[in-house]
Amino acid sequence: MTETLQFTLNDIDVRVTVDSDRMLLWVLRTDLGLTGTKYGCGEGYCGSCTVLVENQAVRSCQTPVKEIEGKNVVTIEGLLKDGKPHPVQKTFMEHDAFQCGYCTPGMIINACSLLHENPRPSKQQIVDGMENNLCRCGAHKRILEAVQSASKELVGGR
Amino acid sequence: MNNNELLELGFDAAAPLQLNRRKFLQITGSGLVLLFTVGETTPLLAEPQGGNLPTDFNAFLKIGEDGRVACYTGKIEMGQGVNTSLGQMLAEELDISIDNVDMVMGNTDLCPWDRGTWGSQTTRQFGPALRQAGAEARMVLLEMAADRLNVPVNALAVKDGVVYVQSNKQNNVSYAELTKGKRIERRVTGTAKVKSPSEFNIIGKSFKRRDGMEKVTGKAQYTGDLHFPDMLYAAILRPPAHGAQLTSVDVTEARNVEGAEIVQDGDFIAVLHKYPDVAQSALSKIKATFGPSPYTTDDKTIFDHLLKSAGEPRVIASDGNLQAGEENSATVFEHTYFDGYKAHSPMEPHAAVVKIEGDKATVWASTQSPFGTKEQVARELGFPSENVTVIAPYLGGGFGGKGGNPQALEAVRLAKLTGKTVQVAWTRADEFFMDSFRPAAVVKIRSGLAKNGGMSFWDFNVYFAGTRGSEHFYTIPHHSIRFYSAPRGTNAHPFATGAWRAPANNTNTFARESQIDIMATRAGADAYEFRMRNLRDEKMKRVLKAAAEKFGWKPAKSPSGRGYGIACGEDAGTVVATMVEVAVDKASGEVKVKRVVCAQDMGLVINPEGATIQMEGCITMGLGYALREDIHFENGEIHDLNFDTYEIPRFSWLPEIETVILNNPNEAPQGGGEPAIVTMGGAIANAIYDAVGARIFQMPMIPERVKAAMPKG
Repeated sequence: MTETLQFTLNDIDVRVTVDSDRMLLWVLRTDLGLTGTKYGCGEGYCGSCTVLVENQAVRSCQTPVKEIEGKNVVTIEGLLKDGKPHPVQKTFMEHDAFQCGYCTPGMIINACSLLHENPRPSKQQIVDGMENNLCRCGAHKRILEAVQSASKELVGGR
Repeated sequence: MNNNELLELGFDAAAPLQLNRRKFLQITGSGLVLLFTVGETTPLLAEPQGGNLPTDFNAFLKIGEDGRVACYTGKIEMGQGVNTSLGQMLAEELDISIDNVDMVMGNTDLCPWDRGTWGSQTTRQFGPALRQAGAEARMVLLEMAADRLNVPVNALAVKDGVVYVQSNKQNNVSYAELTKGKRIERRVTGTAKVKSPSEFNIIGKSFKRRDGMEKVTGKAQYTGDLHFPDMLYAAILRPPAHGAQLTSVDVTEARNVEGAEIVQDGDFIAVLHKYPDVAQSALSKIKATFGPSPYTTDDKTIFDHLLKSAGEPRVIASDGNLQAGEENSATVFEHTYFDGYKAHSPMEPHAAVVKIEGDKATVWASTQSPFGTKEQVARELGFPSENVTVIAPYLGGGFGGKGGNPQALEAVRLAKLTGKTVQVAWTRADEFFMDSFRPAAVVKIRSGLAKNGGMSFWDFNVYFAGTRGSEHFYTIPHHSIRFYSAPRGTNAHPFATGAWRAPANNTNTFARESQIDIMATRAGADAYEFRMRNLRDEKMKRVLKAAAEKFGWKPAKSPSGRGYGIACGEDAGTVVATMVEVAVDKASGEVKVKRVVCAQDMGLVINPEGATIQMEGCITMGLGYALREDIHFENGEIHDLNFDTYEIPRFSWLPEIETVILNNPNEAPQGGGEPAIVTMGGAIANAIYDAVGARIFQMPMIPERVKAAMPKG
């Protein structure tokens, strides 16, 4: 059904008129032109499409856009503030925690959600929290290190 | 390469994408323009097949009036980090900061011809040509500076793109000033020497990835991210099984979807829509029936089928006399090893965008071979190849699976039929169905231990995997290595197969190193000591020793219960040795790799951090093919169409990883993207045996297979 929906996207109030059963992933990528969020599997298995809804990681390929009406959505593009990278983005760069970079937006967003929920995760808690985000290049070791560093930076910075 | 990067180089953002190189030079105008003869002086540049690297200096670099240097390469960046390491090479030879190098990659109009990015060849084959071009340019700039400053060339030095008189640093001129407003054409003598390792300031130092900011902010553009106002996204009808023919189709319901455009060209049926998700949902409304697949194999019967389908062998290597070797044997070993099909499953499924304007076509594609795509597209359209431009944006992983470009040809066909700009972006199910899998394979080995304890003979027969890694590096007086595949004109596989990160070598190394361990155990020897005694290759011995030292290997008779395993391998010119520690759950057969130590000698290392990352990636990806990855199929139908059943490595699989790169800067650089993956299967198989005495002859080493191989009682 075509509806006009309102939500907050990367700190901006947006209004879109779309078929509200369409998945958020495609509305972001096509209607809104935000292509940082990636299609990887279309069935919620890989995490490439992860975005934050109310600070929680959700799979945008499995989220009908009607479900985000009135909510606060953050995509990878929204993490950059005044041109400055978010601590998780920064530590991903410092650790070279990616290769092809395709899973990276989903990884970073998922890590943000993880750290929001648990600012001081143990290594095992990071492994558990990142487990369902897939990377094919094998950057896992560095991604774990980057999330650990980001945790230190976020907690230390408060 | 994308519009933004061109903009930064100071060109019209919209135009250059359709330009050929000559026009490009006209537009870029002033700056250093040199006629160059790299090819005549560098035998490395003589490409054996398919084309040649250009002899024009400008094919490799351009020095702008702002002092920035653009580095042109037909290679593509798929995560392996060559946009950093190639930038380092050019910065080194020109004595400029790497921050002043702009990479222009994978654009067939702007970049020198390139066969494709695979086989870990960028550093070892394109690298020398690029360095030569950089050295030549530096020499010309020094000559220009000598004229300008009125001193001899040998009185000059360069730092950060500024040429200065060594006795008076204030007397200087920058590359930017030298090239400003000039259009200089000169033929270079070819006498410039690339730097020797003792002169390196940039090569051999670790640099962070140059694509970091783009990739962590979501700005990095992949093919599927491109958008044009008139562009339609395609969803393509696939048969349920390979070889199944369309028998009937009804597109009525799909046609009723608002905005959907149906293309029906024989068996090729697609829905196009301005939204990709709507195109997919409209596709699901098509009612189609298909006949049966002509293929009758499945993932269990395939091995017998392959053995039956094999033609006459090709002899890869042969020495001595197998029969004499066998007669001199105290013990003869005969084993058969199996390996199933593996998917590439890059996180980015194949994608292409095609725009046809008049008699010209522009193609953006996730491809490891932009120049190959160009020829394919030209043929498909009947255009002269100079009318086709191919641009490879960032690739979301390749692993050997993005060299064939079927998605680009699908997009070409649809763009031609509709007259619109078309994007084809495969779904994950498309990706699994259309993938060219790493081939299922069988390796049969007969070998012997001599009465004196050495190896007496080695009869290695590989079916279908390929030849890479089939040769060995042990002292064996009598040996034969043969490769069997389907006779010419036949195909034994029920679907496409192709190169998969270090093609054939993973299978061959698994078989060889398992067999070596079996022999060592029978000889009552420690796996490390047995190898050190029998290795022929000194470099391999050094590498194995380095791994053992890092690992803390202590000799023991296997199975020791410790779960230690070794494998040695050679790939892309690099020598590698891996030691692993595993834990095996005896009740379930589940294997957990706890620790991996990998040592390699890859000659000169351009970017140590980049090389280390590649080793880590190889080790992590290698866990997948060794332990879990296997394509399940039956009668042409692929059962694994997503990551729910096709299991690739996850965070919880991650072992402790330690890497060692031997310092060897005086030897030519070798491959880095593949070697460390080849030893994973063999090292894990040997570690499983050491842990619980279960010898596994088939990859992946899933729990059921481990449990079944467990010693009874």
